Amino acid sequence: MQPQENINLLPAPPDGSGFFLFASLVAALGTSTKTNDKLSALAGYFQKAPDPDKVWVIALFSGRRPKRIINASLLPLWCIEVTGHPAWLFEESYHTVGDLAETIALLLPVAEVPAGEKKSLAWYMQQFAAFEKQDEAAKRSFIITAWLQMTMDERFVFNKLLTGGFRIGVSQKLMVNALAKSVSLSASVIAHRISGKWDPSTITFSELLSEHVQTADISKPYPFYLAYALEDDVTALGDTIEWQAEWKWDGIRGQIIQRSNELFVWSRGEELMTEKFPEYNILQQLLPAGTVVDGEIICVEAAANEWGFKPLPFAFLQTRIGRKNVTKKQLQEAPAGFIAYDLLEYNYEDLREKPLWQRRQKLEEIYAQLNTPVLRLSPVISHSTWDELIELRRKSRGLSAEGVMLKRKSSAYQVGRKVGDWWKWKIDPFTIDAVMVYAQKGHGRRSNLYTDYTFAVRDGDKLVSFTKAYSGLTDKEFAQVDSFVKRNALEKFGPVRTVKPELVFEIAFEGIAASSRHKSGVALRFPRISRWRRDKTADEINTLEDLKKMLALYGSKER
Amino acid sequence: MPAANDNSDYEMQTSAGEVGNAQTVKFSGYTLITFTDAGLYCPAGGFYIDPWKPVDKAIITHAHSDHARPGNKYYLCHTLTKPLLQARLGNNNYEAVEWNEPLNINGVKVSLHPAGHIIGSSQVRIEYNNEVWVVSGDYKVEDDGISGAFEPVKCNVFITESTFGLPVYNWLPQQEIYDNICNWITHNKQHNQASLLIAYSLGKAQRLIKAIEPLHEKIWVHGAIYNMHQALIAAGVTQPGVDYITPATPKGDLKNAIIIAPPGAEGSPWIKRFLPYELGVCSGWMQVRGNVRRRNVDAGFALSDHADWKGLLQAVKATGAEKVYVTHGFQSAFSRYLAESGTWSAEVKTEYGSDEEETAAAVEINTQKGS
Repeated sequence: MQPQENINLLPAPPDGSGFFLFASLVAALGTSTKTNDKLSALAGYFQKAPDPDKVWVIALFSGRRPKRIINASLLPLWCIEVTGHPAWLFEESYHTVGDLAETIALLLPVAEVPAGEKKSLAWYMQQFAAFEKQDEAAKRSFIITAWLQMTMDERFVFNKLLTGGFRIGVSQKLMVNALAKSVSLSASVIAHRISGKWDPSTITFSELLSEHVQTADISKPYPFYLAYALEDDVTALGDTIEWQAEWKWDGIRGQIIQRSNELFVWSRGEELMTEKFPEYNILQQLLPAGTVVDGEIICVEAAANEWGFKPLPFAFLQTRIGRKNVTKKQLQEAPAGFIAYDLLEYNYEDLREKPLWQRRQKLEEIYAQLNTPVLRLSPVISHSTWDELIELRRKSRGLSAEGVMLKRKSSAYQVGRKVGDWWKWKIDPFTIDAVMVYAQKGHGRRSNLYTDYTFAVRDGDKLVSFTKAYSGLTDKEFAQVDSFVKRNALEKFGPVRTVKPELVFEIAFEGIAASSRHKSGVALRFPRISRWRRDKTADEINTLEDLKKMLALYGSKER
Repeated sequence: MPAANDNSDYEMQTSAGEVGNAQTVKFSGYTLITFTDAGLYCPAGGFYIDPWKPVDKAIITHAHSDHARPGNKYYLCHTLTKPLLQARLGNNNYEAVEWNEPLNINGVKVSLHPAGHIIGSSQVRIEYNNEVWVVSGDYKVEDDGISGAFEPVKCNVFITESTFGLPVYNWLPQQEIYDNICNWITHNKQHNQASLLIAYSLGKAQRLIKAIEPLHEKIWVHGAIYNMHQALIAAGVTQPGVDYITPATPKGDLKNAIIIAPPGAEGSPWIKRFLPYELGVCSGWMQVRGNVRRRNVDAGFALSDHADWKGLLQAVKATGAEKVYVTHGFQSAFSRYLAESGTWSAEVKTEYGSDEEETAAAVEINTQKGS
């Protein structure tokens, strides 16, 4: 890609050249290294862009991206047709660039002085909407014509829109802050306005963000108080009696707000998720108005244990997070619950300055009147000595917990990550030493670098691959492994290189399950490289037998 | 592989096969150069070209460290490469020639021709018994006004680099890139920020200095670049004036300044003194967004001293070569493409390509910028 035009340098576009401006914005956001630069690029955009385009940008950047508009496999075909390159050369280029939209943008011939009038983002979105009724030939002709009139940056975003792979490194919060610079509404009001259901193809910018309609922001969540990881000896925390211990759940942090008989569910990313979890709707009637509860959004099922429920592995919740619309089947298979652990507001009163033990008392009172399987109370782990808690923490895995949370009973509910009063004390992951056997080039910022690895354990004198891992090395280590792969590739299978089995890594993971889809018979949860074992040779790695033992001890049955 | 139909003449695999660096390949056809574990060797002349192990007689295409290694007993190079080799490798037995000035080495006619890669960079043409080979070294086909304009040389066999041998690498005309860089500098200055440009000390830095000369601003350089600058001036190459940044340089002088530093400086404490600054990297790898993001730079300028895809094809075609060996870079893709387009081609494994530009993307990526 060419260096982006700084968005602030751009003159206001003449009518209809909004697509160029949008492409420049995406390029600027894609390469800025500082949040402030992103903010000013966005703010600059919102000051200059045509209103209908702004509505689309708000929609796209708040996760309302359109569905895939075209079968992504058609684009390479048409690109090959235009360029005349052989298909394998397209493939080779794609594996090096690591992004389909960008590969096509780079391969197409540079546009002659762009012909025809410049179009807006809204115009293209309108054309895409009409695609549904068009045959392939019409789509092909539209796309190729558009390609040949576009700059590289324009082609890139155009392709991203077409393939539905439009992700941009901008949080909704950042966009809201940028909007707050160009409309006279506060950021929290904007966040509220752009939440919920609206259609970017019909709503106007002024309908969406009018400065005159007054809305009291009843949805506003409190900033989350976050815990630091406990690295030191737990006994250093002092007297056990001062601390409340709870299990650390493997879900996502959330706030449930009932105000004025409306319900709002926020995630820690300050994303409004009310519609994703219809299970919580009942809380709108059950919770007293003016209540804010902090807790864990997690899938749970009823169980005949002391708590009356059992948390389900994160994989269940994962099927729910990415979706805007939930199907009946998903609701049945992955029922979401809420494990409450703090009360931030009661009777419209902000309780955050009160000590934890008082907030907890109140929370228990509210809970006692609820009687719904949707909202559960986070159990307090009773213990009288640290040694006792150390023992109990070892059981975390069996209880589907990630470890223990320690909260000072006298603590206020603070803002952000603060040292001292709240600690997360996670259990150590499983680890296994394995040798790298395959490598493949990565995507995005790892393009043209071998960063995606497959690892194997020993089985007699054979090697059996059992997992991939993508993260855990520093950029410098990735560069070293990349150079090793380039020098020691044995065979090529398309983009995959078989590598001399020599480099040993410790693989950490959070869970293990039986799997018939994998040759090794196991599937790992959240595998990552925990360190490079330069001190070990391939003869010293773990065996398949070791994995099977772990499976027998801690494994969950295949889903 | 369509182009390998004449392999009865050759003890080789196929056109897409690799010639390992440890084996010597014998031909019943062209035999002037063989591929050995010390590098490209001309048995008739008894010399190597850019060897990676110490040898008695070495012809050096250019002064980058992967092509010009220490330990050879004799170095033959271009007159402008000699001072650079002296600066980098110290005193050795050097012999320098001009371009198009043929020498006779054991009956083999040897001449150097401009490769356009960096100052002094040369292609090596060797001729013996009516057989002509050209070893490209590294090259670019666009004339940068300082390295000498690439000269297409007719030959039977061409050995080409392929650093950017994929069709996604197509450079903008250099003036357009220069304008982008100048605009970026001006914009930074308006926003009270210094412009820190990362460029390799030999080659890219000189090109960049020339590119931003029209701004008529003071150009500050890192010591490594200053040393190259001095070596070139001593060799009689005219260079715009630059200022050497020393520990004594007052911080106030560096405010909103233009600074050129080699990749090694990126991410080092040395660059903190320029804060606030914007970081710009000039390298062909900046063509791809992922690389720009990985290096965490504010601006990537795809300015390269290597030929792009079209440049490589253009150069290969201009040689009229019947056989093309492809070295360091995307050699398998480029070689296959040539073979499918009807030119006999094979890839050759060499130990080139640890050149500053080529590894920069891979090695010097650990850059957390303080901001």
